[in-house]
Amino acid sequence: MNHLTEEELVLHYYGEVGESLRTERALEECEGCRDLYASIERVLYAVDAMPIPERSPDYGAEVWRRIAPAIPRRRNFFAGWLPAWEWRWAAAGLAMAALLVAAFYVGRNYSQPGSRRVTPTTTAAITDPQVRERVLLVAVGAYLERSHMVLSELANTDAKGKLDISAEQERAADLVSEGRLYRQTAELTGDSAVAGTLDEIGRVLLDVAHGPSEVSPAELERLQERLNSEGILFKIRVLGSKVRTEQINDAAPGANSGRRAL
Amino acid sequence: MELTDATFVARARAGEGDAFRVLVERHSRALFRLAFRMTGNQQDAEDVVQESFLRAYKQLNKFDQRASFGTWLYRIAANCSLDLVRARKRRSEHVAAGVAENGESVDEIVTQLPAQDPTPERMALSGEVRERVIEAMKELSANERTAFVLRHFEGMKIEEVGRILDCQPGAAKHSVFRAVQKLRRSLEPLVTVRSE
Repeated sequence: MNHLTEEELVLHYYGEVGESLRTERALEECEGCRDLYASIERVLYAVDAMPIPERSPDYGAEVWRRIAPAIPRRRNFFAGWLPAWEWRWAAAGLAMAALLVAAFYVGRNYSQPGSRRVTPTTTAAITDPQVRERVLLVAVGAYLERSHMVLSELANTDAKGKLDISAEQERAADLVSEGRLYRQTAELTGDSAVAGTLDEIGRVLLDVAHGPSEVSPAELERLQERLNSEGILFKIRVLGSKVRTEQINDAAPGANSGRRAL
Repeated sequence: MELTDATFVARARAGEGDAFRVLVERHSRALFRLAFRMTGNQQDAEDVVQESFLRAYKQLNKFDQRASFGTWLYRIAANCSLDLVRARKRRSEHVAAGVAENGESVDEIVTQLPAQDPTPERMALSGEVRERVIEAMKELSANERTAFVLRHFEGMKIEEVGRILDCQPGAAKHSVFRAVQKLRRSLEPLVTVRSE
């Protein structure tokens, strides 16, 4: 009779063999097969004796203490009362509101030649162009900061095997639509340099968001080379620094209320 | 009544800070056991546990709530361990086959074993055998080790093992077989009943 192979016996041990009756019969009838199977069993019993260092019952709390500082606050602030998809629409609405504020600001500053701008002496804070500009600066600053975080994580990752970047992709996808609004605002205000930089950032984020969620080391390296050669991170830092300076100037007493480029 | 993992996942997704803490506290010990079996090293296992929870938190929105959170978490931990074991292999840090960590050869260990020491229960008492098992596990390739740990210790189905290893069930099955075959070659001299 034909002996069972070692592979068949191993799979039989784990119940992974289709023809288990044939295997059982062969084990009953063949001493050689029985010996081999017994050897497999002995080895696997020995493996079961592999010691595992014990962890105390409060090990979980210990792990939490170690990882808690590295866990970012979840961004969906409204998620407690809005389902996930509604939160996305709410975010889009907020971004649109920011654009409208910016467009309103642009309209006020680009008045018809010869027309006289009337500045009310008593206006609510929200209609103050300076306040609106400050809101926009804060939003752009936050956008740049988050873009920098996503891209620098990818730029500094050293992948040995396939890398799952789905979390970064999700963040990049959120940033793409937001960035588009800021770029349009910059174009409207004539800040072509800022619009150009935002466009470059947006294109990289778009490629990350629409690329594969698992990247090979070679693909990651190509992305890192692109970030380096185009100086994207550097440009984000420079623009971020300009935005911060504007924010400080705006906050300073007696700041110029006229239109400024970013 | 104890609340389910699914409840805490939903709360964590909603931004409730303490919800994820509960999940960490519930699953850390089991995850450590898996990670230790996969990496064979206490410090590496600790790192895998932490990294797995961080990855899980980042991907929490992608988790399908109809699935088991524990299984999903195990899959993440297995992948973290796999990455780490592969990195270790590349650095060729494993001990040369046939030589224990303290420099003793397998033959020396065998001669130290009591002559009538063939039962699994008795063998489990032998520190040398345990060390040898750890060494034998380190000699497996990353895929073999993962497939073996998930099938043998965690009792996962071959299809699930295949999904984690990103390969066909046939290839996963073969990895399990190769792992047992290598372990048998390595450990057989220790576990065979000596008749003298």
